[in-house]
Amino acid sequence: MADHIVSAFTDELDKIAADLMRMGGIVETMILDSCQAVDRNDHDLAKDVISRDPSVDRLEEEVERQIVSLIARRQPMAHDLRSVFAALKTAGELERIGDLSKNIGKRALMLDDAVSANMRHGVARMARPVSLQLHAVLDAYATSNADTAKTVWESDDDIDQHYNSLFREMITYMIEDPRTIGAGAHMLFMAKNLERIGDHCTNIAEFIYFQITGEYLMPHERPKAPNTGV
Amino acid sequence: MDTTAQTDHDPALTGEGADKAQALVYPRIDCKDVSVFYSGKQAVFDVSLPVYDRSVTALIGPSGCGKSTFLRCLNRMNDTIDGAKVTGEIFMDGENINSPEVDPVLLRSRVGMVFQKPNPFPKSIYDNIAYGPRIHGLVEDRQELDAIVEKSLRRAGLWQEVKDRLAQPGTSLSGGQQQRLCIARAIAVRPEVILMDEPCSSLDPIATARIEELIDELRKRYCIVIVTHSMQQAARVSQRTAFFHLGHLVEMGDTDQIFTSPRERRTEDYITGRFG
Repeated sequence: MADHIVSAFTDELDKIAADLMRMGGIVETMILDSCQAVDRNDHDLAKDVISRDPSVDRLEEEVERQIVSLIARRQPMAHDLRSVFAALKTAGELERIGDLSKNIGKRALMLDDAVSANMRHGVARMARPVSLQLHAVLDAYATSNADTAKTVWESDDDIDQHYNSLFREMITYMIEDPRTIGAGAHMLFMAKNLERIGDHCTNIAEFIYFQITGEYLMPHERPKAPNTGV
Repeated sequence: MDTTAQTDHDPALTGEGADKAQALVYPRIDCKDVSVFYSGKQAVFDVSLPVYDRSVTALIGPSGCGKSTFLRCLNRMNDTIDGAKVTGEIFMDGENINSPEVDPVLLRSRVGMVFQKPNPFPKSIYDNIAYGPRIHGLVEDRQELDAIVEKSLRRAGLWQEVKDRLAQPGTSLSGGQQQRLCIARAIAVRPEVILMDEPCSSLDPIATARIEELIDELRKRYCIVIVTHSMQQAARVSQRTAFFHLGHLVEMGDTDQIFTSPRERRTEDYITGRFG
């Protein structure tokens, strides 16, 4: 798309997009690292993930501040209006993803050393497709690709299936050995956090699709896995 | 006391209170393939555009895009320009307004106009309003004329400000008041359609807000077409927006749609400030 006649307008929109991508980059590594911390019982890494969350919050505030100022001064229209709307909503979703990742990090610190590697692996396995979802949706944002956004939106089903399978796995561990119930409960919350992150990616995909096309993706048309894990 | 409720035979009043959906059902004015030439040079190209009753239609576009020229077709103001020729058909209530049987003076009483710069007559506030009803023979006596003057000024939101100084010259009012006086003058002859050619471009933001509030009020009774350079104004006051470029109608749609998801690239580039 051509630049605005007022070049500062283009610069301001670019700055918002750049800050959003920075936010996205930070939370993407937070997802992977928090689950890595669980998998390897690495408390230093877990603390490191927790310490990154304030920077995500600050970026969200910064994006919001820029958008409020831009709306007040430039009254964006059409694609510009849709892009600031999508950026504002996306920043909120990324902030939530940061919080959920931080929560996984906190729970990693609560797992005692006796928790088996098998139990720990499950969460790490699920983290991979979730972070790929986020990566894909940020890619759609960076390249303004509505098709990629729609693909992400349609594939949340895979994550739900991962969640359901992890849920059953944890229940099995807990039934077999009641001493694992404490750790199992934490794992279930972590799995739920990852599943929620998948939902946030789906939301971001909707905003990006709207930004690019001006059309809404209809939630009831999205494929959905049977939800056995709630 | 509001005199509007009593002796009103205004044909435009019959649908008062009609909701938006009803209001948009049939076009008050229907333009088919309208072209305008000035001394052989074409300024407007085959514009087909319906203008709906009891709603505001905004015409937007860069300078020289033909929006004002097109607006002037709707009450045959182009007739007054030497060398101007209008082709195509403009139907109002089923009648082609360009046909030789239509009296342009009568037409202009049905299709009022408000201009960019307030242009009150060099007469009193009262006579500015009374002039039209007098020459069109709309009143029997002074009492009836007084009622029309008051009603028109009330509808234009000016009555409270001028009721004690009706004998003072119209030009003694502020710019915003003068523009509302011109709107009152336009509605005094009971038009069906009001054309506005950049009515706020010489007004400050407060006076502009008053005119916009007035437009919103008037659209319950009239069909309004407004030419504006302010896209924010078009977005604020209109229900339908038409975008003109180089004499062509590029896109017309619901105002919400035009300003959030325009279909045409040229519309998008113009309203987002990318026009080269």
